[in-house]
Amino acid sequence: MSSNEIQTERSMIIFVNGQETQISNGHTAHDLLLDLGFETRPVAVEVNKEVIPRALLPSRVLCEHDQIEVVTLVGGG
Amino acid sequence: MAHTAVTIACEEKSQPSLKVGSFELASRLVVGTGKYASYAEMAECLDASGTDCVTVAVRRERLLNTAGENILDHLDLERYTLLPNTAGCFSADDAVRVARLGRELLRDLGNKGSEWVKLEVLGDQKTLLPDPVGTIEATQRLVDDGFTVLVYSSDDPIVAKRLKDLGAASVMPAGSPIGSGQGILNANSLRICLEYLKDGDPEYPVIVDAGVGTASDVAVAMELGVDGVLLNTAIAHATDPRTMALAMRSACTAGRYAFLAGRIPRKRYATASSPESGRIHESS
Repeated sequence: MSSNEIQTERSMIIFVNGQETQISNGHTAHDLLLDLGFETRPVAVEVNKEVIPRALLPSRVLCEHDQIEVVTLVGGG
Repeated sequence: MAHTAVTIACEEKSQPSLKVGSFELASRLVVGTGKYASYAEMAECLDASGTDCVTVAVRRERLLNTAGENILDHLDLERYTLLPNTAGCFSADDAVRVARLGRELLRDLGNKGSEWVKLEVLGDQKTLLPDPVGTIEATQRLVDDGFTVLVYSSDDPIVAKRLKDLGAASVMPAGSPIGSGQGILNANSLRICLEYLKDGDPEYPVIVDAGVGTASDVAVAMELGVDGVLLNTAIAHATDPRTMALAMRSACTAGRYAFLAGRIPRKRYATASSPESGRIHESS
Protein backbone atom coordinates (compact mmCIF):
# COMPACT_ATOMS: atom_id res chain seq x y z
CA MET A 1 0.00 0.00 0.00
CA SER A 2 1.43 3.33 -1.02
CA SER A 3 1.57 6.30 1.29
CA ASN A 4 -0.99 8.08 -0.90
CA GLU A 5 -3.53 5.32 -0.35
CA ILE A 6 -2.92 5.39 3.38
CA GLN A 7 -3.53 9.13 3.22
CA THR A 8 -6.88 8.78 1.41
CA GLU A 9 -8.14 6.10 3.79
CA ARG A 10 -7.42 8.11 6.88
CA SER A 11 -10.53 9.21 8.71
CA MET A 12 -11.37 12.29 10.68
CA ILE A 13 -13.90 13.42 13.22
CA ILE A 14 -16.68 15.91 12.47
CA PHE A 15 -19.82 16.77 14.39
CA VAL A 16 -23.19 16.19 12.73
CA ASN A 17 -26.18 17.61 14.57
CA GLY A 18 -24.04 17.61 17.67
CA GLN A 19 -23.02 13.96 17.34
CA GLU A 20 -19.39 12.98 16.88
CA THR A 21 -19.09 11.28 13.49
CA GLN A 22 -16.17 9.63 11.72
CA ILE A 23 -15.77 10.20 7.98
CA SER A 24 -13.04 9.60 5.42
CA ASN A 25 -10.62 12.33 4.55
CA GLY A 26 -11.69 14.22 1.47
CA HIS A 27 -15.39 13.60 2.09
CA THR A 28 -17.65 16.35 0.81
CA ALA A 29 -20.90 17.57 2.34
CA HIS A 30 -22.68 15.67 -0.43
CA ASP A 31 -20.81 12.47 0.48
CA LEU A 32 -21.98 12.93 4.05
CA LEU A 33 -25.61 13.13 2.92
CA LEU A 34 -25.09 9.92 0.94
CA ASP A 35 -23.58 8.23 4.04
CA LEU A 36 -26.57 9.30 6.09
CA GLY A 37 -29.07 8.26 3.43
CA PHE A 38 -30.39 11.82 3.17
CA GLU A 39 -29.51 12.62 -0.42
CA THR A 40 -33.10 12.51 -1.61
CA ARG A 41 -34.65 13.92 1.53
CA PRO A 42 -35.72 17.54 1.99
CA VAL A 43 -32.78 18.81 4.02
CA ALA A 44 -30.61 21.88 4.25
CA VAL A 45 -26.99 21.79 5.34
CA GLU A 46 -24.99 24.22 7.37
CA VAL A 47 -21.21 23.92 7.82
CA ASN A 48 -19.71 25.93 10.66
CA LYS A 49 -22.81 28.16 10.79
CA GLU A 50 -22.80 28.88 7.06
CA VAL A 51 -25.63 27.55 4.89
CA ILE A 52 -24.31 25.60 1.91
CA PRO A 53 -26.68 25.71 -1.09
CA ARG A 54 -27.59 22.24 -2.31
CA ALA A 55 -25.81 22.71 -5.63
CA LEU A 56 -22.55 23.45 -3.84
CA LEU A 57 -22.60 20.43 -1.50
CA PRO A 58 -20.50 18.20 -3.85
CA SER A 59 -17.72 20.77 -3.94
CA ARG A 60 -17.69 21.48 -0.22
CA VAL A 61 -14.87 19.33 1.22
CA LEU A 62 -15.25 18.76 4.94
CA CYS A 63 -12.45 19.35 7.42
CA GLU A 64 -11.57 17.90 10.81
CA HIS A 65 -13.90 19.10 13.58
CA ASP A 66 -16.34 20.78 11.20
CA GLN A 67 -19.69 21.44 12.82
CA ILE A 68 -22.45 20.27 10.48
CA GLU A 69 -26.17 20.82 10.86
CA VAL A 70 -28.56 18.84 8.70
CA VAL A 71 -32.09 20.15 9.11
CA THR A 72 -35.52 19.55 7.69
CA LEU A 73 -39.03 20.95 8.07
CA VAL A 74 -41.31 19.80 10.87
CA GLY A 75 -44.70 20.88 12.15
CA GLY A 76 -44.66 24.22 13.97
CA GLY A 77 -46.66 27.31 14.75
CA MET B 1 -70.83 51.90 2.23
CA ALA B 2 -70.38 50.94 -1.40
CA HIS B 3 -66.68 50.48 -0.75
CA THR B 4 -67.39 48.08 2.12
CA ALA B 5 -69.80 46.07 0.02
CA VAL B 6 -67.21 45.82 -2.72
CA THR B 7 -64.56 44.73 -0.23
CA ILE B 8 -66.76 41.98 1.14
CA ALA B 9 -67.76 40.89 -2.36
CA CYS B 10 -64.08 40.63 -3.30
CA GLU B 11 -63.28 38.54 -0.26
CA GLU B 12 -66.17 36.23 -0.97
CA LYS B 13 -64.75 35.69 -4.44
CA SER B 14 -61.47 34.64 -2.84
CA GLN B 15 -59.54 37.53 -4.27
CA PRO B 16 -56.27 38.09 -2.42
CA SER B 17 -57.32 39.58 0.89
CA LEU B 18 -54.16 39.53 2.99
CA LYS B 19 -51.12 41.16 1.45
CA VAL B 20 -47.72 41.00 3.13
CA GLY B 21 -44.89 42.44 1.08
CA SER B 22 -45.14 40.77 -2.31
CA PHE B 23 -47.15 37.86 -0.88
CA GLU B 24 -50.90 37.71 -1.47
CA LEU B 25 -53.09 35.31 0.48
CA ALA B 26 -56.74 34.46 -0.08
CA SER B 27 -57.37 33.63 3.58
CA ARG B 28 -56.72 35.87 6.55
CA LEU B 29 -56.01 32.85 8.73
CA VAL B 30 -52.46 31.56 8.91
CA VAL B 31 -52.40 28.14 10.52
CA GLY B 32 -49.59 26.28 12.24
CA THR B 33 -48.74 22.67 11.51
CA GLY B 34 -47.53 21.61 14.96
CA LYS B 35 -49.05 19.48 17.71
CA TYR B 36 -51.55 17.48 15.65
CA ALA B 37 -52.18 13.86 16.60
CA SER B 38 -51.24 12.80 13.07
CA TYR B 39 -50.26 14.27 9.73
CA ALA B 40 -53.60 13.11 8.33
CA GLU B 41 -55.46 15.08 10.98
CA MET B 42 -53.26 18.09 10.29
CA ALA B 43 -54.06 17.94 6.58
CA GLU B 44 -57.81 17.71 7.28
CA CYS B 45 -57.68 20.67 9.65
CA LEU B 46 -55.71 22.85 7.27
CA ASP B 47 -58.26 22.06 4.57
CA ALA B 48 -61.18 22.87 6.88
CA SER B 49 -59.62 26.14 8.02
CA GLY B 50 -59.58 27.52 4.49
CA THR B 51 -56.02 28.76 4.92
CA ASP B 52 -53.57 29.00 2.07
CA CYS B 53 -50.55 29.72 4.26
CA VAL B 54 -49.11 27.42 6.91
CA THR B 55 -46.18 27.81 9.26
CA VAL B 56 -43.45 25.20 9.59
CA ALA B 57 -40.44 24.84 11.86
CA VAL B 58 -36.82 23.97 11.05
CA ARG B 59 -35.32 21.15 13.10
CA ARG B 60 -32.42 18.73 12.96
CA GLU B 61 -33.05 15.76 10.70
CA ARG B 62 -33.09 12.56 12.69
CA LEU B 63 -29.89 10.63 12.17
CA LEU B 64 -31.69 7.40 12.94
CA ASN B 65 -35.04 6.10 11.74
CA THR B 66 -34.66 7.66 8.32
CA ALA B 67 -37.73 5.79 7.12
CA GLY B 68 -39.89 8.19 9.12
CA GLU B 69 -42.49 10.32 7.38
CA ASN B 70 -41.78 13.94 6.59
CA ILE B 71 -44.41 16.64 6.99
CA LEU B 72 -43.87 17.55 3.34
CA ASP B 73 -45.46 14.24 2.37
CA HIS B 74 -48.71 15.70 3.73
CA LEU B 75 -48.59 19.30 2.52
CA ASP B 76 -49.70 20.25 -0.98
CA LEU B 77 -47.03 22.76 -1.94
CA GLU B 78 -49.14 23.96 -4.87
CA ARG B 79 -51.90 24.89 -2.46
CA TYR B 80 -50.05 26.20 0.58
CA THR B 81 -47.40 28.86 0.83
CA LEU B 82 -45.09 27.72 3.60
CA LEU B 83 -44.05 30.27 6.20
CA PRO B 84 -40.92 28.97 7.94
CA ASN B 85 -40.48 30.13 11.51
CA THR B 86 -37.55 30.57 13.85
CA ALA B 87 -39.42 29.08 16.79
CA GLY B 88 -37.25 27.97 19.66
CA CYS B 89 -34.54 30.58 19.04
CA PHE B 90 -33.44 32.62 22.04
CA SER B 91 -30.83 34.78 20.30
CA ALA B 92 -30.66 36.88 17.16
CA ASP B 93 -27.73 34.76 15.94
CA ASP B 94 -29.70 31.53 16.15
CA ALA B 95 -32.79 33.09 14.57
CA VAL B 96 -30.78 34.38 11.60
CA ARG B 97 -29.17 30.95 11.12
CA VAL B 98 -32.52 29.16 11.26
CA ALA B 99 -34.10 31.68 8.87
CA ARG B 100 -31.35 31.08 6.34
CA LEU B 101 -31.67 27.28 6.69
CA GLY B 102 -35.42 27.58 6.16
CA ARG B 103 -34.86 29.70 3.07
CA GLU B 104 -32.51 27.10 1.62
CA LEU B 105 -34.98 24.28 2.34
CA LEU B 106 -37.87 26.10 0.69
CA ARG B 107 -35.81 27.23 -2.30
CA ASP B 108 -34.92 23.62 -2.86
CA LEU B 109 -38.61 22.74 -2.74
CA GLY B 110 -39.49 25.53 -5.14
CA ASN B 111 -41.97 26.98 -2.65
CA LYS B 112 -42.36 30.75 -2.83
CA GLY B 113 -42.34 30.89 0.95
CA SER B 114 -38.54 30.74 0.77
CA GLU B 115 -38.28 34.50 0.70
CA TRP B 116 -40.15 35.23 3.90
CA VAL B 117 -39.82 34.22 7.51
CA LYS B 118 -41.84 34.30 10.69
CA LEU B 119 -39.23 35.67 13.04
CA GLU B 120 -39.32 34.67 16.69
CA VAL B 121 -36.59 35.58 19.12
CA LEU B 122 -37.81 34.41 22.49
CA GLY B 123 -36.98 35.78 25.90
CA ASP B 124 -37.41 32.74 28.10
CA GLN B 125 -38.75 29.22 28.06
CA LYS B 126 -41.48 29.78 30.62
CA THR B 127 -43.36 32.61 28.94
CA LEU B 128 -42.11 32.26 25.34
CA LEU B 129 -42.56 36.01 25.19
CA PRO B 130 -40.41 37.78 22.61
CA ASP B 131 -37.06 39.27 23.58
CA PRO B 132 -37.48 42.78 22.16
CA VAL B 133 -33.75 43.51 21.92
CA GLY B 134 -32.93 40.26 20.12
CA THR B 135 -36.03 40.64 17.95
CA ILE B 136 -35.00 44.12 16.83
CA GLU B 137 -31.45 42.97 16.04
CA ALA B 138 -32.59 39.92 14.08
CA THR B 139 -35.20 41.95 12.17
CA GLN B 140 -32.53 44.36 11.03
CA ARG B 141 -30.18 41.58 9.93
CA LEU B 142 -32.85 39.60 8.07
CA VAL B 143 -34.26 42.66 6.33
CA ASP B 144 -30.70 43.52 5.24
CA ASP B 145 -30.38 39.94 3.97
CA GLY B 146 -33.43 40.40 1.73
CA PHE B 147 -36.04 38.52 3.74
CA THR B 148 -39.67 39.55 3.93
CA VAL B 149 -39.86 39.55 7.72
CA LEU B 150 -43.07 38.86 9.62
CA VAL B 151 -42.08 39.45 13.17
CA TYR B 152 -43.61 38.03 16.33
CA SER B 153 -43.75 40.79 18.91
CA SER B 154 -45.35 41.63 22.19
CA ASP B 155 -48.32 43.99 22.03
CA ASP B 156 -46.07 46.91 22.98
CA PRO B 157 -46.90 49.67 20.47
CA ILE B 158 -43.45 51.29 20.74
CA VAL B 159 -41.61 48.05 19.96
CA ALA B 160 -44.11 47.35 17.17
CA LYS B 161 -43.39 50.74 15.60
CA ARG B 162 -39.63 50.19 15.88
CA LEU B 163 -39.94 46.85 14.09
CA LYS B 164 -41.95 48.40 11.29
CA ASP B 165 -39.42 51.23 10.95
CA LEU B 166 -36.66 48.61 10.57
CA GLY B 167 -38.46 47.22 7.55
CA ALA B 168 -40.56 44.35 8.91
CA ALA B 169 -43.22 43.53 6.31
CA SER B 170 -45.70 42.68 9.06
CA VAL B 171 -45.64 43.10 12.81
CA MET B 172 -47.44 40.27 14.58
CA PRO B 173 -48.35 41.14 18.16
CA ALA B 174 -49.21 38.32 20.53
CA GLY B 175 -52.75 38.30 21.88
CA SER B 176 -51.41 36.39 24.92
CA PRO B 177 -48.55 33.93 25.48
CA ILE B 178 -48.00 31.22 22.85
CA GLY B 179 -50.25 28.23 23.40
CA SER B 180 -51.88 29.80 26.46
CA GLY B 181 -55.37 30.01 24.97
CA GLN B 182 -56.05 33.24 26.82
CA GLY B 183 -57.17 35.14 23.75
CA ILE B 184 -56.70 38.90 23.44
CA LEU B 185 -55.60 40.03 26.88
CA ASN B 186 -54.97 43.69 26.10
CA ALA B 187 -57.25 44.96 23.39
CA ASN B 188 -56.24 48.52 24.18
CA SER B 189 -52.58 47.84 23.39
CA LEU B 190 -53.58 46.14 20.16
CA ARG B 191 -55.68 49.16 19.21
CA ILE B 192 -52.69 51.44 19.78
CA CYS B 193 -50.45 49.06 17.81
CA LEU B 194 -52.93 49.25 14.94
CA GLU B 195 -53.12 53.04 15.16
CA TYR B 196 -49.32 53.44 15.13
CA LEU B 197 -48.59 50.81 12.50
CA LYS B 198 -51.29 51.95 10.10
CA ASP B 199 -50.77 55.68 10.57
CA GLY B 200 -50.44 57.05 7.03
CA ASP B 201 -50.13 53.45 5.83
CA PRO B 202 -53.57 51.86 6.22
CA GLU B 203 -52.66 48.79 4.17
CA TYR B 204 -49.78 47.82 6.48
CA PRO B 205 -50.59 44.25 7.56
CA VAL B 206 -50.90 43.54 11.27
CA ILE B 207 -51.44 39.92 12.24
CA VAL B 208 -52.27 38.66 15.72
CA ASP B 209 -49.94 35.78 16.42
CA ALA B 210 -50.40 33.56 19.43
CA GLY B 211 -52.76 33.19 22.34
CA VAL B 212 -55.96 32.18 20.54
CA GLY B 213 -58.03 29.72 22.57
CA THR B 214 -61.27 29.52 20.68
CA ALA B 215 -63.19 31.03 17.79
CA SER B 216 -64.40 34.14 19.60
CA ASP B 217 -60.77 35.17 20.20
CA VAL B 218 -60.23 35.24 16.44
CA ALA B 219 -63.42 37.26 15.97
CA VAL B 220 -62.38 39.75 18.66
CA ALA B 221 -58.97 40.22 17.03
CA MET B 222 -60.47 40.71 13.59
CA GLU B 223 -63.11 43.10 14.91
CA LEU B 224 -60.31 45.28 16.27
CA GLY B 225 -59.11 45.68 12.70
CA VAL B 226 -56.12 43.38 12.46
CA ASP B 227 -55.52 41.99 8.99
CA GLY B 228 -55.12 38.36 9.96
CA VAL B 229 -54.67 35.85 12.74
CA LEU B 230 -52.01 33.17 13.09
CA LEU B 231 -52.89 30.22 15.30
CA ASN B 232 -51.97 26.61 15.89
CA THR B 233 -52.67 25.06 19.29
CA ALA B 234 -56.28 26.20 19.47
CA ILE B 235 -57.08 23.94 16.53
CA ALA B 236 -54.55 21.15 17.07
CA HIS B 237 -55.45 20.58 20.71
CA ALA B 238 -59.21 21.14 20.49
CA THR B 239 -61.29 18.10 21.39
CA ASP B 240 -62.42 17.96 17.76
CA PRO B 241 -59.72 19.77 15.80
CA ARG B 242 -61.43 19.62 12.42
CA THR B 243 -64.63 21.22 13.71
CA MET B 244 -62.57 23.86 15.51
CA ALA B 245 -60.79 24.59 12.23
CA LEU B 246 -64.20 25.27 10.67
CA ALA B 247 -65.10 27.50 13.63
CA MET B 248 -61.88 29.50 13.24
CA ARG B 249 -62.58 30.00 9.56
CA SER B 250 -66.09 31.31 10.26
CA ALA B 251 -64.90 33.50 13.14
CA CYS B 252 -62.23 35.08 10.98
CA THR B 253 -64.75 35.94 8.30
CA ALA B 254 -67.33 37.13 10.85
CA GLY B 255 -64.80 39.32 12.64
CA ARG B 256 -63.61 40.85 9.40
CA TYR B 257 -67.13 41.66 8.27
CA ALA B 258 -67.95 43.15 11.66
CA PHE B 259 -64.87 45.36 11.48
CA LEU B 260 -65.78 46.53 7.98
CA ALA B 261 -69.40 47.06 9.00
CA GLY B 262 -68.51 49.13 12.08
CA ARG B 263 -69.89 48.24 15.46
CA ILE B 264 -72.28 50.45 17.44
CA PRO B 265 -70.88 52.47 20.33
CA ARG B 266 -71.12 50.93 23.81
CA LYS B 267 -73.63 52.72 26.03
CA ARG B 268 -74.32 52.35 29.69
CA TYR B 269 -78.12 52.31 29.45
CA ALA B 270 -80.70 50.67 27.24
CA THR B 271 -82.01 51.99 23.96
CA ALA B 272 -85.30 50.41 22.85
CA SER B 273 -85.32 48.70 19.50
CA SER B 274 -89.11 48.85 19.12
CA PRO B 275 -90.97 52.15 18.59
CA GLU B 276 -91.65 54.24 21.67
CA SER B 277 -94.93 55.48 20.21
CA GLY B 278 -98.16 53.59 19.57
CA ARG B 279 -98.02 51.35 22.62
CA ILE B 280 -101.49 50.11 23.59
CA HIS B 281 -101.42 51.41 27.14
CA GLU B 282 -100.57 54.94 26.06
CA SER B 283 -103.27 57.54 26.61
CA SER B 284 -104.20 59.20 23.36
